[in-house]
Amino acid sequence: MLSHGMKQTGSISLNHLQGVIFAVLNPWVAVGILLLLAFFATYMTALSWADLTYVLPATSLGYVLLALVARFMLHEHVSPLRWLGIALITGGVGFVAGGPEVTKHPHGAAPGGEPCAVTASPLLAKDARNGAPGVEV
Amino acid sequence: MKAIYTWSAILAIVFASVVGDVLLARAMKQVGDVGALWRRAGLGVVIGRTLGNTNFLFGVTAMAVAFFSLLFALSWGDVSLVAPAAASLTFIGNAVAARIFLHEKVDRRRWIAASLVAAGVALLAG
Repeated sequence: MLSHGMKQTGSISLNHLQGVIFAVLNPWVAVGILLLLAFFATYMTALSWADLTYVLPATSLGYVLLALVARFMLHEHVSPLRWLGIALITGGVGFVAGGPEVTKHPHGAAPGGEPCAVTASPLLAKDARNGAPGVEV
Repeated sequence: MKAIYTWSAILAIVFASVVGDVLLARAMKQVGDVGALWRRAGLGVVIGRTLGNTNFLFGVTAMAVAFFSLLFALSWGDVSLVAPAAASLTFIGNAVAARIFLHEKVDRRRWIAASLVAAGVALLAG
């Protein structure tokens, strides 16, 4: 949608920044931006209760969906190599979906978390106070 | 020479988006279960707590850096190289980073999944 809209508005140059405003007012671009925001919000929600290594492969189903839309709605040609790519992604997502969605932390975000694993909660809390991400103690 | 520029830009994309993803994931773990928080305190609190989180702000900044690196990479290299290389390396990088920095339990199942998806994305985007 974004690319469709941007092709309608034409190219934008740094000298004509008002072009950006027209671009945002274009309905295709506006809907595209809204959908991107919706994606971001749902992605963040998923991250709030599942692991990154669980959410990320799952979101890659978007690539598969895109290819299917291109094939069946836009009637584009999808090569055998791309079908293989679709199969690999689907297989990978199936693999990760069969496992647990979150690493259990002692008193982390996981509902019903078991007090078994060694880990990150104290670190996370410390980071929140310092505002220093990724610092190991 | 152009190949070096392109690959440096691809590595910059991968690095920035891995950093971004890890920070965003950490931020959302700090915010807590969004659904539960929404029911308990309302949407405003969810949004406020997310936007006020330092990790979230750094994460979004890293994502913006990744986006601009992508623009640089595309100005030097072909989209058929840049898109699949950056996307699939990001999956592998994220699995490593999630294990180290988020202490996620990346078992064999998840390694296989990350590799399969990375290979699939490389084929699809190529």
